[in-house]
Amino acid sequence: MPVSAQARLARRLPAAATVFAALGDPTRLALVTRLCDGSRLSITQLADGVPLTRQAISKHLRVLEDANVVSSQRSGRESLYVLNPKPVNDIRNYIELVSDQWDRALLRLKSFVEE
Amino acid sequence: MSDSIEKRIELNAPVSRVWRALTDHREFGEWFCVNIQQPFEPGKEAIGQITHPGYEHVTWRAVVQKMEPERLFSFTWHPYAIDPDVDFSDETPTLVEFRLEPVGDRTVLTLTESGFDKIPASRRAEAFRMNDGGWTQQMQNIQRHLETTHAG
Repeated sequence: MPVSAQARLARRLPAAATVFAALGDPTRLALVTRLCDGSRLSITQLADGVPLTRQAISKHLRVLEDANVVSSQRSGRESLYVLNPKPVNDIRNYIELVSDQWDRALLRLKSFVEE
Repeated sequence: MSDSIEKRIELNAPVSRVWRALTDHREFGEWFCVNIQQPFEPGKEAIGQITHPGYEHVTWRAVVQKMEPERLFSFTWHPYAIDPDVDFSDETPTLVEFRLEPVGDRTVLTLTESGFDKIPASRRAEAFRMNDGGWTQQMQNIQRHLETTHAG
């Protein structure tokens, strides 16, 4: 991967940590899972069957919105929420980048100690 | 998909040799491609200049955590802190651990890097406090969904 592409990914590290943390909550994961199929859902729809107040749901949605995992679109009197798949793909790419780098470093270590 | 990385590699060298390659700052620098001036010491920051072609402008920093002879070497750092224009000092570092296990006169080395989900207290919202961290499995489910429903 060229240096510039790596630098671009590196710049996303703070955002990646925010996405990881945003997803590290069962309620928020459940909300994300509901939106996985591309649905556009209102808070009322998202709160359906969930033992939480609208207020609590809205608070969780705000965390997801801050992490850019979901975005909301105004529709008449209510907001509709949609999933933004890019941040989730970004953190996967980021982890893969760090992982590849370790593969290469460990191979260099291997030839270093075995020579 | 996971919030940590784990690698295992078998090295055709005894643990004493591997330990030296990991913890002698000059030997570490040889294979890690970084020029470190001071010996590693637990609790101290190690600083060096990257020697990997294309990255010579990057300063490498890590804080040595544990040095348990021939067993465990660990440090914290900011992975991919390769953009000199970004100040990574406010970000929570990840933990890198090298564990050594002798197998005859060979060594099994396990590397883990963890803590990618840690965000600095300064940016942690109230709602983040309830995290249980058990999201790895569900992340896989989400990922599978995303791959099928949002291809590309």
